[in-house]
Amino acid sequence: MSFVSIRDLRVAFDGVQVLHGIDLDIGKGETVGLVGESGCGKSVTWLAALGLLPGKAQISGSVTIEGQELIGARPAEVEAVRGARIAMIFQDPSSSLNPVHRVGRQIGESLRLHRGLRGAAARNEAVRLLDMVGIPSAATRIDLYPHEFSGGQCQRIMIAMALAGQPDLLIADEPTTALDATIQAQILDLLSSIRRETGMAMVLISHDLGAVSAVCDRAAVMYAGRIVEANDIARLFTGPKHPYTRGLFDAIPEMDAGRARLRPIEGTVPDPKHLPPGCAFAPRCPRASGFCQSHLPELKPQVRGGFVACFHPEATRAAARERQAAVA
Amino acid sequence: MSVLVEARGLVQQYTTGKPLFGQASTVRAVNGIDLAVQEGEILGIVGESGSGKSTLGRMLLGLETPFAGKVLYHGQPMPAPRTEHWRRLRAQMQLIFQDPLAALDRRMTIARQIAEPLEIHDRAKGPELAERVAGLMARVGLRRDQADRYPHELSGGQRQRVVIARALATNPRFLVCDEPVSALDVSIQAQVVNLLRDLQEQDGLTMVFISHDLKVVRNICDRVAVMYLGRVVEEAPSDRNFADPRHPYTQALVSSIPQAGQGLEGRIILHGEPPNPAARPSGCAFHPRCRLADAACAATVPELETHGGRLAACLKLPAAARQAA
Repeated sequence: MSFVSIRDLRVAFDGVQVLHGIDLDIGKGETVGLVGESGCGKSVTWLAALGLLPGKAQISGSVTIEGQELIGARPAEVEAVRGARIAMIFQDPSSSLNPVHRVGRQIGESLRLHRGLRGAAARNEAVRLLDMVGIPSAATRIDLYPHEFSGGQCQRIMIAMALAGQPDLLIADEPTTALDATIQAQILDLLSSIRRETGMAMVLISHDLGAVSAVCDRAAVMYAGRIVEANDIARLFTGPKHPYTRGLFDAIPEMDAGRARLRPIEGTVPDPKHLPPGCAFAPRCPRASGFCQSHLPELKPQVRGGFVACFHPEATRAAARERQAAVA
Repeated sequence: MSVLVEARGLVQQYTTGKPLFGQASTVRAVNGIDLAVQEGEILGIVGESGSGKSTLGRMLLGLETPFAGKVLYHGQPMPAPRTEHWRRLRAQMQLIFQDPLAALDRRMTIARQIAEPLEIHDRAKGPELAERVAGLMARVGLRRDQADRYPHELSGGQRQRVVIARALATNPRFLVCDEPVSALDVSIQAQVVNLLRDLQEQDGLTMVFISHDLKVVRNICDRVAVMYLGRVVEEAPSDRNFADPRHPYTQALVSSIPQAGQGLEGRIILHGEPPNPAARPSGCAFHPRCRLADAACAATVPELETHGGRLAACLKLPAAARQAA
């Protein structure tokens, strides 16, 4: 039984559909990666699920948390879930924190809302949380303002705030993108150790495939508002089936590879207002046939596990390598 | 190969505004850098934010006057900014920025923006100008029908192509690319990286490629200089630097990159944050975060010295090399 279950989630802004039916299950204590380029809908999926999209967004479909429906629920019901059961952290920590309040007060707010803690109890808990996320001398720095912390520390404070409600699921939306390499490593390390200690589930939204592969149990790849492939991490990385997934992996330079030319995916992501009639990836796809231009592939379970939405999926990695060798 | 651009003892410092109480402080963004860029090579500059990469790039282009030290271009000192001679030299050197939308004028069509440097430097007029612009657009992979578009009508990758076309307009010899692909998606990033490499190979351009993305630097650069708090801590051919880093900071930097299909185990996680340049640690600036540091590191500033086919500035190099092996 999955903890959070998303079924046929669709979102449109001003009549332009940006999410075309997402199905996703998150189990208790599981870490799931959501990968894709900007505009593919990976953030919108969770903003819609948590009722954080502006009023003009038209949302349909279903998001349930242990059977409780969130789409179309009364604001009070969604608020009881948001922060307390599902928390979210964002890419840019300095713009998510309120610059005119001390960080202790901001963490205290979450503690009061979600756990009813006040006064000294709230302060002690806030210090404990700051300590847990690795802010040195938390007891004195709790009274500082966000600008007195560095970017990496602000992200730690955001994580402390998200943990204040003791959520069962943490949605981390590009949590390390705005940070320096060595700080990125620290935050990834922190997130995975907190997950081990608390047993909470986590969704890591990222375009950094390396980070996703290091932290997650399984991952879903999104393109133009649809999930195109989902699998457990090891299978996804050793044998990507969808040509887009394959293309993403190929486009990233390897640290241990030489100075070979990169293999980009040609073209650009389609405009959501003018999606191609068939598979949205067909215009950029090296494997596309005429059929792909006019028909939409569904996300189908595969014999060897995982889900792929493609009429001409990649063969195994070994076969793909042979083919490349033949071309070269 | 000859040296095209050379930095000697470059120092840049900024004075912060005087706060209400207390004294204004000076920040040394670049603190003594010697660097030579060979003609036709791509030199990578790597480091975390605040390490002085961009300041160094701007000084190499003569956009900032160094506080101390000098920049030599073809062996000649850089002329004073805003003089006639400087302007002529500027046509030979160009800068490509991280955020193409900020670098472009939103109210001008892209063809006008690519034409602008040609007009400023009086290189072409009338029909010849239009022809040159069309040629530049074709070189960077923009379609002819996009000439009359405005920046907001293009995607991020296309905008960066416009910025590159504009930088190439005056046939520069020297290009500083400051995080040119950081704002782009991975699939587009690869397109732009390949474009830059093609241009470099066709024209024998000399490039300084500033980036915090080690994977991209690894792919595009011949040589890499790693910066920490305004100083170069390691400089080596890119293969050697990434396959076998010797400075403890480079080792941590290389190991911090999550690799696909590899867990979080065995990575060197640095503690703490890059220090504030206004409160530079004594001795080696990296020593508070370094796992090999001892009392000597806190007292002595290490100089760049040759070690195993590279330059590195660390007192503990033999120990670091053992750790790497």
